[in-house]
Amino acid sequence: MQLTTKQRTRVDWFLTFLRIAALALIGAGLLAFIAQAIDANNPFARWANPDALSLTGKQFRDLVVAGLAQGAMYGLIALGYSMVYGVLGFINFAHGEVFMIGAVTGAVTSSKLAEAGAWESNFVLCLLLVVFLSMVVCTVTAVIMERVAYRPLRGKPRLIPLITSIGVSFFLQNFILVLLGPGTKSYAKMPDWLTEKRTFLEIQGTRILVLAVAAVAMVGLWYLVERTKTGKAMRAVAEDAEIASLMGIDVNRIIVKTFAVGGAMAGVAGILWGLLFNSVLHTAGFLPGIKAFSAAVVGGIGNIGGSMAGGLTIGVAESLGPLMILEPLGVSGPSQLRDAVAFAVLIIVLLVRPSGIFGERLPSEERT
Amino acid sequence: MTVTGDFPTTQGTSADAASRRRLLDQDWQKLVRAGGILALGQVFIALSGMPVNFDRRLLIDPILSLGYLSLIWLPLVVSYWVGREQVLEGMTAYARGGRDVLAGAIAGALGNAGLTLLVVGITHFDIRDPLVNWSPQLLAILHFEESVWLGAVIWPVIGAATGALGGGMHCASTRITRTAVIAGLTVFGAAVLESVITDLSQGFHIEAVSDWLYGPKRGLTYPAAIVVAVAAIAVMAGIWAYRDSAMRAGLVGSRQSPAAPGESDRSRTVWRRFISRRLLGYALVIAAVVVLPLFLGRLTNELLANVGLFILLALGLNIIVGLAGILDLGYVAFFAVGGYSVAVLTSPGSPRFSPEMPWFGALFIAMLLAGLVGLFIGAPVIRMRGDYLAVVTLGFGEIIRILLLSDWLSGTFNGAQGITNIPGVEVFGLATVRGFEPRSVLYLVLFFCAIAIYVSWRLENSRIGRAWMAVREDETVAEVMGVDTVSAKLMAFVTGAVLGSFSGAILSAKVGSVFPHSFAIIVSIVILVVVIFGGMGNIPGVIAGAVVLIGVLGGPNQPGLLQEFAEYKILIYGALLVWMMLQRSEGLIPSVRRAQELHIDEMNQDAWLRAQAEADDATGGGGGNSSVGEQP
Repeated sequence: MQLTTKQRTRVDWFLTFLRIAALALIGAGLLAFIAQAIDANNPFARWANPDALSLTGKQFRDLVVAGLAQGAMYGLIALGYSMVYGVLGFINFAHGEVFMIGAVTGAVTSSKLAEAGAWESNFVLCLLLVVFLSMVVCTVTAVIMERVAYRPLRGKPRLIPLITSIGVSFFLQNFILVLLGPGTKSYAKMPDWLTEKRTFLEIQGTRILVLAVAAVAMVGLWYLVERTKTGKAMRAVAEDAEIASLMGIDVNRIIVKTFAVGGAMAGVAGILWGLLFNSVLHTAGFLPGIKAFSAAVVGGIGNIGGSMAGGLTIGVAESLGPLMILEPLGVSGPSQLRDAVAFAVLIIVLLVRPSGIFGERLPSEERT
Repeated sequence: MTVTGDFPTTQGTSADAASRRRLLDQDWQKLVRAGGILALGQVFIALSGMPVNFDRRLLIDPILSLGYLSLIWLPLVVSYWVGREQVLEGMTAYARGGRDVLAGAIAGALGNAGLTLLVVGITHFDIRDPLVNWSPQLLAILHFEESVWLGAVIWPVIGAATGALGGGMHCASTRITRTAVIAGLTVFGAAVLESVITDLSQGFHIEAVSDWLYGPKRGLTYPAAIVVAVAAIAVMAGIWAYRDSAMRAGLVGSRQSPAAPGESDRSRTVWRRFISRRLLGYALVIAAVVVLPLFLGRLTNELLANVGLFILLALGLNIIVGLAGILDLGYVAFFAVGGYSVAVLTSPGSPRFSPEMPWFGALFIAMLLAGLVGLFIGAPVIRMRGDYLAVVTLGFGEIIRILLLSDWLSGTFNGAQGITNIPGVEVFGLATVRGFEPRSVLYLVLFFCAIAIYVSWRLENSRIGRAWMAVREDETVAEVMGVDTVSAKLMAFVTGAVLGSFSGAILSAKVGSVFPHSFAIIVSIVILVVVIFGGMGNIPGVIAGAVVLIGVLGGPNQPGLLQEFAEYKILIYGALLVWMMLQRSEGLIPSVRRAQELHIDEMNQDAWLRAQAEADDATGGGGGNSSVGEQP
């Protein structure tokens, strides 16, 4: 028994050490960044990284806006992870692929619309149509996925559906690869009035559009979950599926609806990806999926508002982190490490505050 | 809970036993649904480009190519599945007959109507822009380079024929069906193993065999296919006959029925015979594994070396996932640590630090480093929930790859250019293992596989192995029973990491270079599929999984026997993972204990049903159907 307690404290010490080290690293990076911003010649900044260039105010603002726009996209994907985890208690690993399918749908339909000549003449209407189609395709994908792969596994140990969803994820990725070929699928060219920098703070129009679309989608979702009967049933199932079924709620149907709503949000996010990056590959869903899951954890899994906040946090962190923390510490080529930064945020959050910033909302039996 | 199969259970009254249903008394809804699913599947297979890409690979010389096989197998499976009927305990099964054949035929025809639509669609529309395989080549294959009408008509006919075959499998006795399936698989296997068998017969200087088996276009000639099938049927018949005689003599039967008091002596001798036969089998396998590479050519040895690398990786992951029940998705990290540390330590081309150590010295340091990385990754994640742990380990795996690729560390690891010029392995001045001599690599791999198998086997039955299994089954209970769960889990991580580093070290000596992209996350996933497919927590299962999957389909960066599958293998691995989880989560060769854990609900239910049945028997009444409606 003595040995057991001793071992345990050793691991705990190590964990505490890791937590402190991670926070200290972030602190040192930020301090060095601030020092360099105040005066590039100050000795602390020199010591940390003699070649570091601080950011100008404009660069900083651009990075923040770019991070927010990507973060809004992550937030929309994160909703799907969060809602499914809230209701079924497992990570739907394949949700990132649903997002990718949305982005691919957008690429195909927008280039077809551009061929027909409608894209330029009637951009707003076309965009609405593309978003709608992408939402439909993603919803259908998510519902089929639930029916085929997850429903037979209800009530199995938690890792079984997780492993299944990994399989689904790689299946969907390669499904698109073999059907549509390995090439990049490009979106039709965005109209000039959208891509040029607007007078409002000189922010690129697409980013404003992305934030606006994400906001509309969020409001719609908030209304659905908080103000409708379906939303009430979803919350009830998330709280306790068994009691909910005793109250006359068709749990299966609510689970399908949860997948459908998550899929629709991923569809919107897919179009946002297209607006931001203009092209999509069959592998495009994997990293955003993992990052969105990180966002869901950061915001507190099962918490809808938290997912959006977590998404924005991850987006800004991966956009600013490399330049504000890594570069001042003398890491060369820091932008290559942005994905690593996103993963590091997940690991640090789980080490420091595993229930996320806004607290998780899980079914009663999942809480530990 | 359920009994599937064609034997009526004993409890029904004899009046309705074995009643035959009329030909058109079909479950039409089910048929239409199956047809729809089949149609979608067939259209997907056609549009995925498999028929076009596999068309040149002949299986049976003039008759069947892999391309057409890809369009034929699905109707067979779906129509078999349509005919499956779940017979509840206490109910009587209907007798099988023409109705099942018809059901299969209808489902197959409906499904292949999807291909008819495709033929018509390709002739009239051109949507090659998004769908790359919507092509004239596909059309040519679909209508056999004849007219569109033929293509439109023939597919439902083929579907009906294969479907009737699939549905008809329910009518024949289990033995006949099983023999037919095994004969078919043997022929398929013989065709797929073409390169290995040719290689072997050249090694033994009996080229005549392979020349006779395989025609000039690599496929089995059709007389050879017939002979192979007949041979398989003969072997199966022999096995059935032996089982029957053994059953009559009470040899095999004593294992199934509880031994009568006086029978124990005899069953003990049977047991002893069984063991000695098993040992003999092991000895034969070991001898074959040691001797065979001498008779094999380059390609086969290379293939086997790749399989061996994955056996090593899978055994390592098996300790983490299979024994300790920790889902580690970043296992590739340890593979990378092994590969890169050996590369840096042995290669003269390593940029910053190049001691040019001998391989075995580097391996020792690689093991130490991998163990440390295992501790470092393991310690923070050990307290997390199982699913968070999976994602975080995946994150660690990606972080390591990104760091290896980055400019920041390119001074040491050379970024995307990787480290090249890694020398071979000097085995104490006796021999040199180099990548261009696959046989030497294979022997090195086999040596390490033997170590890994021995280590896994001993660990599984040791104190720590039992601790792992206890943690896997229920962590809280294990802790209460005095198992130090934290150190047990950390030990699993470290052991798995060290085994993974072997594989990485061999890979870098074998290929002579390492690149960050060889350590992508897909490698972890493929290893996971191998472990799950073979049977989590079971050493022979894991080895079988690696041999079948990596041997036939290939690893993420290594070709397998069916090189045509290169672009489809990840698709197949994904589908296989889902299918295994849905149908057989304990794997191909399950570990008994793991299977029990996974099917605990069903076993409880069975026990409950059995108890009910006994209670019914005891009261003497109740009748057959009473227990059906009351299941919990």
